[in-house]
Amino acid sequence: MSSIAHDPTHGHEHDHHAHHPSGVMRWITTTNHKDIGSLYLWFSFIMFLAGGVMALTIRAELFQPGLQIVQPEFFNQLTTMHGLVMVFGAIMPAFVGFANWQIPLMIGAPDMAFARMNNWSFWLLPVAAILLMGSFLAPGGASAAGWTLYAPLSVQMGMGMDMLIFAVHIMGASSIMGAINIVTTILNMRAPGMTLMKMPLFCWTWLITAYLLIAVMPVLAGAVTMLLTDRHFGTSFFNAAGGGDPVLYQHVFWFFGHPEVYIMILPAFGIVSQIIPTFSRKPLFGYASMVYATSSIAILSFIVWAHHMFTTGMPAAGQLFFMYATMLIAVPTGVKVFNWVATMWKGSMTFETPMLFAVGFIFVFTMGGFTGLICAITPIDIQIQDTYYVVAHFHYVLVAGSLFAIFAGTYYWLPKWTGHMYDEGLGRLHFWASIIFFNITFFPMHFLGLAGMPRRIPDYALQFADFNAIATVGAFGFGLSQLIFLAAVLKCVKGGQRRPQRSGTVRTDSSGPCPRQRPTIPSKLHRLSSKRCWLTGGPPWTGDQTSAPR
Amino acid sequence: MTHIEKYFVPEPSRYPIFGSIALLLMATGAVFWMNKVSSGPLILALGFATLVYMLFGWFGQVIRESEGGNYGSNVDVSFRWSMGWFIFSEVMFFAGFFGALFYVRVIALPDLSSLDHQQFLWGNFSAQWPIKVSPGHIVDPFTPIGAWGIPAINTLLLLTSGATLTWAHWGLLNNNRGQLKLGLFLTIALGLLFLSLQIMEYAHAYSDLNLRLSSGIFGSTFFMLTGFHGLHVTIGATMLIVILLRVMKGHFKPDHHFAFEAVAWYWHFVDVVWLFLFVVVYWL
Ligand code: HEM
Ligand SMILES: [Cu+2]
Repeated sequence: MSSIAHDPTHGHEHDHHAHHPSGVMRWITTTNHKDIGSLYLWFSFIMFLAGGVMALTIRAELFQPGLQIVQPEFFNQLTTMHGLVMVFGAIMPAFVGFANWQIPLMIGAPDMAFARMNNWSFWLLPVAAILLMGSFLAPGGASAAGWTLYAPLSVQMGMGMDMLIFAVHIMGASSIMGAINIVTTILNMRAPGMTLMKMPLFCWTWLITAYLLIAVMPVLAGAVTMLLTDRHFGTSFFNAAGGGDPVLYQHVFWFFGHPEVYIMILPAFGIVSQIIPTFSRKPLFGYASMVYATSSIAILSFIVWAHHMFTTGMPAAGQLFFMYATMLIAVPTGVKVFNWVATMWKGSMTFETPMLFAVGFIFVFTMGGFTGLICAITPIDIQIQDTYYVVAHFHYVLVAGSLFAIFAGTYYWLPKWTGHMYDEGLGRLHFWASIIFFNITFFPMHFLGLAGMPRRIPDYALQFADFNAIATVGAFGFGLSQLIFLAAVLKCVKGGQRRPQRSGTVRTDSSGPCPRQRPTIPSKLHRLSSKRCWLTGGPPWTGDQTSAPR
Repeated sequence: MTHIEKYFVPEPSRYPIFGSIALLLMATGAVFWMNKVSSGPLILALGFATLVYMLFGWFGQVIRESEGGNYGSNVDVSFRWSMGWFIFSEVMFFAGFFGALFYVRVIALPDLSSLDHQQFLWGNFSAQWPIKVSPGHIVDPFTPIGAWGIPAINTLLLLTSGATLTWAHWGLLNNNRGQLKLGLFLTIALGLLFLSLQIMEYAHAYSDLNLRLSSGIFGSTFFMLTGFHGLHVTIGATMLIVILLRVMKGHFKPDHHFAFEAVAWYWHFVDVVWLFLFVVVYWL
């Protein structure tokens, strides 16, 4: 490929002059952001199913008191691996998949800034997944130290723990490379005229997420490296007998861990901020305040980590500081929720599947935010730390938050990606099944936690039996509902109704599927308006009430 | 109509998958080795060889693309941003270990020697740095390394190497290739000298001072911080050697040499980390 100048009027020819591998090799060697985005999304879905099977096994065991299905050691491996697989395998890669598909289209870039490295960022993930899942087969089984891998437990585990440590290293490398790619793409490859404050909000939230990733993934790498040397090379980082401190692990881990939870929610905020205005047929309320709120969340997220450690015996001054700092985060989060609601206010709203998920997100995520605030209050948290209340909190923010946003984004952009409409009926069914079963599963956990049921145990006292049975029924319902999602996606990918044409001012080529080839239009030249297809990432509904399916 | 440059997007490439296979082999090999499975070292070596192949191939291609004039000013800006962010990630990696050191010295050790712990757990352990006796008496006595011997010399070496590298850069900017080569050569020599002294110091610590990685929290923080720094100097020196070889082949122009600058940034970063190390690990 040459760097010879192109005449922009010939911009629509595609770069198909080179020989491109086909079949499997196409996917292994691809440098195309759309291919890589799809790879990320499918990988994420597979991991979602794997983690889901683990979760259902956990719930099956907890259906009744007593031990029925799995051994306690294996139960602990399941809770550990469920958390790790969902966090690192399902949620994070899904958002990177969205970033890959949408960011270049939204900012008018020909591809990601480093297309080859982009490929490597993805292809490191299967390697990490092999190590992660393979650890079940290691002597002694997978790690059973909980997804947080607290020392000293994690110092004592077998070979599976070492595999996990290297898997974390590799996923970290993948995330850092991916994040650097995204930051560089956004900072350097926007179309002329697209200032930062004109970017779609999804790009903003990803810019800030990528910054968080670059800042904290190396810290996690450091934490697990110290674990590794404590395990095999005689260091004493987390060993009080040698002058170290197991609590040090918790500090380092949560310095990563709290920003990490924002890594998993900020892109979700971005997706929801794209969808709500579309289906309210109003511009986003308070765009600038959204940007500032996202930035403040990111900055504050570095100074709240010890709210996960209120029971470790911190000085009162420390507890107070972390309590107030945590509660402070609720302010920018509240700004966001306010803005979404204000966007919908007096809009001419319709409720297609993406919007259903987005509104569901606002509703249920906010509940998770409130339980977070309750957890942040030190005297309360000392009661509910390590109980099912915390499990309820983070599933409200992660499942009804991050995961629902992923569903919303998938339905929203599938027509753009495939050129076909998804089946609206299936989509709505998926939404209603998901939100109802989600609440059946996780709402009772609040009561369990308040009543004192500890998390991460395979057996429990009799008085917890009823709520646990309800939660298990809900979990299986939720799990099965996800097959509707698979069906809807497959149906859409394979064909189905053509995507509706947009009427009026927009050029017809913008309503077709996004072709796999890149536009050869150089990023620094073409004017914003001439490339709507690439810039809007346009859903068929945008600004066009008449063609919206009802 | 003004002509503009097109952003270079590489063709499909097989190098990334080699990198992934390499890391899979290396991780498997390392896990096996640590758990005393005999094939471990072999698999690790195989993985490392694959990684080296991948690095040669991938960077070789990047260099060819660069010298072939594919990278316009847009790509150049991308490289700058990404190198900056990469160094930031490295800063955070070291910050984790520095944070561990501060936490241990300021919070954990005083806590371990507090009244409660003395009474119930750790006998009459008293906090001091470097710790002489560890709380659980699991550490053999050792002598820490003073700041004003080899470490001070090493500080001078690294600072000087930063200066020679900048001098080499001036040579490149003024198209003075002799100065460029000499400056790079001196920088590499100083870096390698630093590494040799560091290795000598480690040998001295292990054989004469009884200071080991297993010497309690002091040995842990000391060797982890200096060790990872040493690893970064090794990587930096390797990159400098590649740059020198490229210079000898006639690569780089006064207005087009980001590879040189990226390595220089990296080298200065390693330099700054050392200054922190010198102060908080050796001196204070
Ligand atoms: C208003 C915002 C939030 C506040 C005030 C908040 C507060 C807290 C607090 C205090 C805890 C510790 C509870 C304990 O262990 O006793 C906690 C745990 C947790 N939070 Fe949040 N949180 C918020 C939002 C989020 C979001 C957006 C996510 C992720 C998308 C999240 C994910 C988690 C997770 C995963 C844990 C449990 C970690 C573990 O122990 O395994 N939180 N949260
Ligand atoms: Cu937190």
